[in-house]
Amino acid sequence: MTNKNTISRNSDLSGDEYQWGFTTDVETELAPKGLNTDIVKLISSKKDEPAWLLDWRIKAYENWEKLNKSEGEPDWAMINYPGIDYQDIYYYAAPKSSSNTPKSLDEVDPEMLETFEKLGIPLNEREKLAGVAVDAVFDSVSVATTMEDKLKELGIIFCSFSEAVKNHPDLVKKYLGSVVPFSDNFFAGLNSAVFSDGSFAYIPPGVRCPIELMTYFRINTEGSGQFERTLIVADKGSYVSYLEGCTAPFRKSHQLHAAVVELVALEDAEIKYSTIQNWFPGTPEGEGGVYNFVTKRGRAEKNAKISWTQVETGSAITWKYPSVILKGDNSVGEFYSVALTNNHQQADTGTKMIHLGKNTKSTIVSKGISAGKGNNTYRGQVQILPGAENAVNHTICDSLLVGDQCGAHTVPYIEVRNPTARLEHEASTSKVSEDKLFYLMSRGLSEEEAHHMIITGWSRDVIRELPFEFAVEASQLLKVSLEGAVG
Amino acid sequence: MLKVKNLCASVADVEDSDILKGVNIEVNPGEIHAIMGPNGSGKSTFSNVLMGRPDYEVTDGEINFNGEDIIELPADERSHKGMFLAFQYPVEIPGVRPWQFLKASLDAKSEYHGESKISVREFSKLFDEKVKSCGVNPELIKRSLNDGFSGGEKKRNEMLQLEILRPQLAILDETDSGLDVDALRIVADGVNSMRSPDRSFVIVTHYQRLLNYIKPDIVHILVDGKIVKTGNADLALDVEKNGYKDFQ
Repeated sequence: MTNKNTISRNSDLSGDEYQWGFTTDVETELAPKGLNTDIVKLISSKKDEPAWLLDWRIKAYENWEKLNKSEGEPDWAMINYPGIDYQDIYYYAAPKSSSNTPKSLDEVDPEMLETFEKLGIPLNEREKLAGVAVDAVFDSVSVATTMEDKLKELGIIFCSFSEAVKNHPDLVKKYLGSVVPFSDNFFAGLNSAVFSDGSFAYIPPGVRCPIELMTYFRINTEGSGQFERTLIVADKGSYVSYLEGCTAPFRKSHQLHAAVVELVALEDAEIKYSTIQNWFPGTPEGEGGVYNFVTKRGRAEKNAKISWTQVETGSAITWKYPSVILKGDNSVGEFYSVALTNNHQQADTGTKMIHLGKNTKSTIVSKGISAGKGNNTYRGQVQILPGAENAVNHTICDSLLVGDQCGAHTVPYIEVRNPTARLEHEASTSKVSEDKLFYLMSRGLSEEEAHHMIITGWSRDVIRELPFEFAVEASQLLKVSLEGAVG
Repeated sequence: MLKVKNLCASVADVEDSDILKGVNIEVNPGEIHAIMGPNGSGKSTFSNVLMGRPDYEVTDGEINFNGEDIIELPADERSHKGMFLAFQYPVEIPGVRPWQFLKASLDAKSEYHGESKISVREFSKLFDEKVKSCGVNPELIKRSLNDGFSGGEKKRNEMLQLEILRPQLAILDETDSGLDVDALRIVADGVNSMRSPDRSFVIVTHYQRLLNYIKPDIVHILVDGKIVKTGNADLALDVEKNGYKDFQ
């Protein structure tokens, strides 16, 4: 499916639908393009990393390099793109001012703060008004983390990944790669070798995190890849809700994003992870846009619960399967997803629920919206292993078509190796019908509003899983993302 | 209020599919008109064309509402100008709550006319009041629009919308089909209570029985896309007795 042409880097820009398409004129420090052991060492030394981590990166790199030579990128997904030239990417791009890390918001480059203003996350106001602690990752380097002091009182650690490596090396060493090993897949391996920053959170035993933790990711430097790494550990009996938002500037060239998120929910703990992914989707003609190859997985110990909610409206390509390993007895895994593809976007997304423990329970609600020439594939795996007595899975998988040039595909894999398991799978495909549109329009809604209402209504089972503020944003994003597909 | 002249319409993009072949009616403020006709006479097409359904193409004639030719206007603008269609088969829209939908409808109308929007509190009060008076099941109405509603419940929900949107001209497209006597009465009560010197109704029906509860001022018989006879309420009783055969 993939051929190995490099992506054209000189096509014209057109269209203005993507409102987050500004760039920020911040001086950036770039390592040379390309990937080799020296670059891996450079990244590690830029971050002053301990030897064990460099060692881990090198192993990851060697493993990836082997994989790259033998098999290359995985090609089983229903996505089509010119091959990525891994030697034509910057693997390290940091705003220059980061060599002396800002100690407070006052020290942050004002222009960078302005960027966040445009994104609608004024860091300094959020802290007070919304009670959300934001860890903003800007080209992979964490800029400033708010609310840290308040969280400290509870023993909650929420900081950039680099800081965690410095200040909490034992925790990082214990859990890094414990859910997604570097040998897991091509893109996870790449990330393990070159990740430059990301977020880290640790919730101590019995603590309920009183605010929603939030990270905002943004790719700014042209031709740079973004490889952030998130690790969240919820210790016994704790609870945390974590939000992740992503945007990228309007670029004529494709940008590679290969992130890894690892969640560890120890006994009786609960992690709720919500994502609004709005990377630049490319122009309506299909130029540019982010290639999003992400590995997200959580491990739930006894009585623990992990819930993924995602609204995916961006990226030229989305390749993403937030999964849960239901390791402990009575553990619960949930996946709620709305993925929208418009114009030339392609999404191959879904989840894996791996049932190991007894009485484990998983729920999958996947909603795929295809518009324009978009192609949307749900790919899901439910695996019930021999020890998983009385496991239960319920899957709902719905597709909605807008227009007649888009595609929706459903690829469920179900593997049951214990006869006591109960599985239900419901699937449907529907269109935004003229009947529904006329009904709403006859009550005074414009064609666009009518479309929006039908689509958000159809997605409601997922959107209502989001924290309130995020739900409003998600609904707006669906509206903006569908502009041009309607009428 | 409504003047329809020589209205001809066919199914959009289908040749030789003429359904309406020159309909003329004139509805004055405060009047209730009944349009009766056998199956396939074009009754439903007529009500849908009045509201601007894109499935039909107007090939000739005029629709004039309050002195304005509205043929080019989309359904939402017709709604803003004071028209309303109660559907024969209201569609189910999953995930959209009636409350949210009706608030959005009123807001769109206010915006169109440059008026301020009704507050959430005021709207909630109005909504609860109308839910009660229309006999709508308050539990049902918390669910998705028409989703899982029975035929009767859907029609009651149409009347609820009618009472909240308070149009100048309400077109009821076979609202009585599938209704039991109690529900029929609720529809009739709704229409009768909203009857006023500046509001008009066009009631499209196959049977005369709804007209036992709503007394029309004028009755038209529509056969094969044309009005073949116009008279007073007695005409409906005539049809009840003798059927449509005399007009075919």
